[in-house]
Amino acid sequence: MKGRYSALAIARHALTGNRHWPEAWRSPEPRAAYDVVIVGGGGHGLATAYYLAKQHGITNVAVLEAGWIGGGNTGRNTTIVRSDYYYPESAAFFDHSVSLYEGLSRELNFNIMFSQRGQLVVAHSRHELDFQRRLVNAMALNGVDMRMLSREECYARCPILNTRPDARYPILGGMWQGRAGTVRHDAVVWGYARAADRLGVDIIQQCAVTGIRRDPVSGAVTGVETTRGLIGAGRVGVAVAGHSSVLADMAGFRLPLRSYALQAFVSEPLKPVLHTIASSNVLGVYVSQSDKGGLVIGGNADAYASYAQRGNLPTMEAALASLIELIPSFSRVRLLRQWAGIVDYAYDSSPVLGKSPVPGLFLNSGWGGGGFKAIPASGETFAHTVATGDPHPLIRAFSLDRFRDLALVDEAAAAGIAH
Amino acid sequence: MLRIDCPWCGPRDEDEFVNGGDAHIDRPEPPEQVSPEDWAAYLFFHTNPKGVLAERWVHSFGCRRWFHALRDTVSHRILATYRPDAPRPDGVA
Amino acid sequence: MSGFRLPRGGDGIDRSQPLTFRYNGRTLQGFAGDTLASALLANGVSIVGRGFKYHRPRGVIGTGFAETNALVQLGEGAALTPNMPATLVPLREGLVASSPTGWPSTRFDLGRLNDRLAALLSAGFYYKTFIWPNWHWFEPFIRRAAGFGTAPALPDPDRYEARERHADVLVIGGGPAGLAAAEAAHAAGAKVLLVEADTRLSGPLPPGVEALTRTTALGYYDANFVTAVEEIDTGALRQRLWKLRAAQVVIATGAFERPMLFANNDLPGVMLASAVQTYIARYGVAPGKAVLFATAEDAAYAAAFAAQEAGLAVRAIVDLRPAPPLAEQARARGIPVHAGSHVCAARGWSRVRGAVIDGPDGAQRIGCDLIAVSGGWSPAVQLFSQSGGRTRHDPALGGFVPDKAAQPTHVCGLAAGLRDLDEAVASGRARWLAAARGDAPTAPLPLAGPPAPPLPPGDNPKRVFVDLQTDVTLADLEQATRENYRSVEHVKRYTVWGMGVDQGRLSSTNGVAALAQLRGDDPAALGTTKYRPPFAPVAIAALAADRPNGALFRPWQLLPAHDWHVAQGAVFEDFGHLRPSHYPPAGESMGAAARREALAVRGNVGIMDSSSFGKIELKGPEAGRFLDLISLGRPSTIPVGRARYNLLCDELGVLLDDGVIARLADDHFLLNASSGHAARVRGWIEDWHQCQWPLDLVTRDVTEEWAVLTVAGPKARDVVRAAGCALPPASADFPHLSVAEATLDGHRVRIQRVSFTGELSYEIAIAAPQAGMLADRLWEAGQAFGMVPFGLEALDILRIEKGFIHVGTDTDGATIPADIGWGKPGQREGDYLGKRSLLHPSASKTGRRQLVGLEPLERQEPLPVGAHVVGGSPHPSQGFVTSSCFSPTLDRAIALGLLADGRQRHGEMVDIWSEGRAFRARVVAPRFLDPEGARLHV
Repeated sequence: MKGRYSALAIARHALTGNRHWPEAWRSPEPRAAYDVVIVGGGGHGLATAYYLAKQHGITNVAVLEAGWIGGGNTGRNTTIVRSDYYYPESAAFFDHSVSLYEGLSRELNFNIMFSQRGQLVVAHSRHELDFQRRLVNAMALNGVDMRMLSREECYARCPILNTRPDARYPILGGMWQGRAGTVRHDAVVWGYARAADRLGVDIIQQCAVTGIRRDPVSGAVTGVETTRGLIGAGRVGVAVAGHSSVLADMAGFRLPLRSYALQAFVSEPLKPVLHTIASSNVLGVYVSQSDKGGLVIGGNADAYASYAQRGNLPTMEAALASLIELIPSFSRVRLLRQWAGIVDYAYDSSPVLGKSPVPGLFLNSGWGGGGFKAIPASGETFAHTVATGDPHPLIRAFSLDRFRDLALVDEAAAAGIAH
Repeated sequence: MLRIDCPWCGPRDEDEFVNGGDAHIDRPEPPEQVSPEDWAAYLFFHTNPKGVLAERWVHSFGCRRWFHALRDTVSHRILATYRPDAPRPDGVA
Repeated sequence: MSGFRLPRGGDGIDRSQPLTFRYNGRTLQGFAGDTLASALLANGVSIVGRGFKYHRPRGVIGTGFAETNALVQLGEGAALTPNMPATLVPLREGLVASSPTGWPSTRFDLGRLNDRLAALLSAGFYYKTFIWPNWHWFEPFIRRAAGFGTAPALPDPDRYEARERHADVLVIGGGPAGLAAAEAAHAAGAKVLLVEADTRLSGPLPPGVEALTRTTALGYYDANFVTAVEEIDTGALRQRLWKLRAAQVVIATGAFERPMLFANNDLPGVMLASAVQTYIARYGVAPGKAVLFATAEDAAYAAAFAAQEAGLAVRAIVDLRPAPPLAEQARARGIPVHAGSHVCAARGWSRVRGAVIDGPDGAQRIGCDLIAVSGGWSPAVQLFSQSGGRTRHDPALGGFVPDKAAQPTHVCGLAAGLRDLDEAVASGRARWLAAARGDAPTAPLPLAGPPAPPLPPGDNPKRVFVDLQTDVTLADLEQATRENYRSVEHVKRYTVWGMGVDQGRLSSTNGVAALAQLRGDDPAALGTTKYRPPFAPVAIAALAADRPNGALFRPWQLLPAHDWHVAQGAVFEDFGHLRPSHYPPAGESMGAAARREALAVRGNVGIMDSSSFGKIELKGPEAGRFLDLISLGRPSTIPVGRARYNLLCDELGVLLDDGVIARLADDHFLLNASSGHAARVRGWIEDWHQCQWPLDLVTRDVTEEWAVLTVAGPKARDVVRAAGCALPPASADFPHLSVAEATLDGHRVRIQRVSFTGELSYEIAIAAPQAGMLADRLWEAGQAFGMVPFGLEALDILRIEKGFIHVGTDTDGATIPADIGWGKPGQREGDYLGKRSLLHPSASKTGRRQLVGLEPLERQEPLPVGAHVVGGSPHPSQGFVTSSCFSPTLDRAIALGLLADGRQRHGEMVDIWSEGRAFRARVVAPRFLDPEGARLHV
């Protein structure tokens, strides 16, 4: 790859005042037509374009982004990567994604900083421990690196967990995935963008899709109308997260999805104090510490439909009170920022992937709050789906048809999360 | 923090209410004659508009009664609230 | 060491009240009214921190929120507070503070070696290396180097509280414009609340206006809802969170003065001109002895004149404008003015020793120890932006101003871009009057202001700092642009410009201006980033102050007879309610207690508390018809005085809850719900009744009104009779699944003969306040029969022996009635919730997980709950153990589980696996004891 990144390259460029770094990706004018158009320049869309070019040799591809690449959920999430899923279909998919993440820095020649410090999900009652054992055993049988931890092991990994005698939710044990961790989210976007660009993919920013063109006879997709003109394509992949329903509306069908604001919070930067991802389902909060030192905090999605990328107080109050209940010494730590991304949830909290009712139009949607961890596997399987017209085996269970067939993959119910 | 005008109690803060999803979804009957497509449409395929949504709310920590609201999902402005047996108000964009 | 306390002046300090404090181990003196920053300057402390990346020395640059360098660790031990701007810390006697940066010390930092390696630490360098062999090798070093302060290690000793307030008009900011707006709003009859972050307002508070000082507005949310935090610091109460709602909000938050871009503009001794003026006037502190002013507008002249009057040597005013209007006034005072000139570089190693300027007079060096900079003013649009309002770039002002409001929001004064005091005040009044008239919010008038200063032609953009806190330089912005990180957000994320604790308050506008010049673009085309709450960092505990922690986080629900159980020696466990799990005599284990209690119930009689079960009454002529629509068991056919086991499903046909429905009268039903599902079932019933089937009935949740004690066991009838409850003499007259009303000591009781143990069992309900009385009465009566109290552990054994399920434990999110043996899917006639889904082929397909019993091969060893039945394909798991115990009655371990096609697999031996351990068990019907139910009908 031209302009390969390395320690040597950094030293060489330092000698010339860093004045000769090449562009990370081009900003070309859109062409009149492409073989494939991917709508959405987030992690999913860019990864799809990369694998289309890399694994299927389809390089006449445009990624259309309404704003700036990575400006949606890929740049707004809490950067957790894990594969603690219950159903075999989910476990196979997400564990593959973790594996791809493990090799991604080298694959892309871009340091995505996958920090595999492990995820601890604590349990607060004997019944929750029983339930965790059901999950952990299922996941282990599915090949995921999960195990139960004793109370002492929980405190050894995270000594700052609540030890107060009056704790409303004492910690009795937990479950652990050692390969889980955090990834520098922007790096995933930039790494895929740069690698896809090198393979010939056009990344078109500030280009919002305003309509889907269909053949009047066959109904098949023929292209997209955009704020930068009509762009023809016989295959269109939609990877726009919370806005999937808006695109489906343009194409004339409905999706079984509802969009919500999912908030996240970050604290001031601190010296290392939290060495794992710590999480509690009963309290409804999880927290990790980024390499920059900020505590990155997440909770439940807002309780009503929204397309506003804005936080509010009630959800923040609930998440922060829970955080103090989980780790009391974070009480005085100061919060720097709250924000929200728009996520789309299906009834069963599993993604909606593959064919749409419109020939040539493919869906990559319904990731809910779990899209970031899915990016590499999603890109790879979606590229396969778009390239061959057939859903990749890893995503067949997540088809749109499952709602008519009542063949749900209900992770939320399996995980004991009420709808 | 939304301010929601309960048709029975008047305006109250958001945290007294629970959201119940889309309003005006008719339950298809009788079960023996409902196609799988219609049943799936009733259960799963709702509108999810970026804009005005007719939705259900219940005043859980108040009168415990359900009602409907027209709310803009982008600005979060509530354009109208009305009783569940009333039709969707006209002329509210 | 060149700051010092002036002999006179300082209207904000009280020289009669000296205070002693400690900073970096040194004991220093200040005065009441000082901030930590002013006191440090007064003591000649010039280096207050080190740069994050290059470890260059940094000094105080501003006041209040306009500070980006002087972040200190405040306090010690449990009250440690990291990353506090010294400019926001009021000095107190005994205050302890330190700078977290620099090793071995803040004044002498070996890390400054990085400054020599700056070219290697270029923008985003970490994305380009540390790839091989693995990021894990490098990450620990990066993590240790990153971060600022140290988090407290101990629980917070302080208290926080939250309050709400409503007003007609909320004014944010107590400067001239805010006070004028408040006065005008009050005069127009409005109830006005004003919040001000500082300890004092800029003028007298208009009568009738309520003001909160030391109160910082943090977040501006939907529906004119604003949060603010008030600093209290009295006793244990540290901060108060205000939840404010107003019909109209006036934003009068002023503006931030901008630093200037020149080489070494990060040296201690480079300070905002307004800050120099404030330190002199308010704190009687001179931040230096010989000062050079670099400006592009008039306000800095006032600061220069004030500095001169305070006795400082004003070496020069360097003004970007070719013809500054106040130049002659300055020259008349003996201050040289260099018009059309700018500072190219500051000189000095650990602090400012001089400045190199350039202009029509040629380049020259001027000696000074303080460079006061005024690069123009950026309106504080943070709250406006949070509210959803749009900003636009004002070329005259060189910054972003409010444009289109999204809520009833009015911006006035400096925040609106009005720099003239009279105009600001007038705008405050006008804004309110417009609001009172209901005018749409309007854009402010554009006013002349300074253009963005030219980028220094300096040869070393690595030393021109755009963001002092995150050590982002002009070279970094150049490089990001070159690498095609073009959106403002991309540049911000790639270089970390504006990502510090100060959220880019001082760096944002300069960065946009610099980027625009680098690209030859209009700053308006670049735009700016959206601001997010909170406006300033705030303690997590303050934001969560309305939600208690500890025992009150989710308050325990106690059973009405809680004290009675305590007296019986109960051990309690969290089931939403705090419920007895067992009643052990000293030394008895939980397992032993549970087995003893279970045996007593099977062989004799026991008593347990069932008060937490949900109890919902439905009354009305159509109550039966409604129940038929929402449940499977056809409750309308239950005879009066009888009860029946019933299931509730959702529209997917999935089990929601089970329980007994009793018919109290022709039009009156009592629905019993599981303890854990009571609230949800209640809401479920109300929803379907109000929104789908508004039939003629009323529903009422009486769960909390009735206490219920259950007497179970072969001698239950004897105990209940002995307690004085009149029961029919023959069992057949009050058979299993009956309900009756009775009286006990004049109290109304309701008796249901139902059983969750498989034994003869009476649930006796009484008004909750009488629970203790009823328990005592039954207990006394039971003594003659050897009755024992039993808890949930024993109940678990008893119900598993009988195969009675707990919905949610023995079922999951896919279990339908047929899976637990409830007939054929969808066979009941008529419509009811979930029926259409139960008619779907998916409800009858093979492979469904169905309820089974499991008998482990090792009779004495119970299976772990959560163990999986393994083997077969395509899935390695065939199902799992949902409930498990050792049955003392059967003298063997037993379990319930969900197993694929389990109802056809009775008799099969299966392999079971949990956490690396293997077991074998026989699949049996889920009824281990008394499958015909003979014991229920005695």
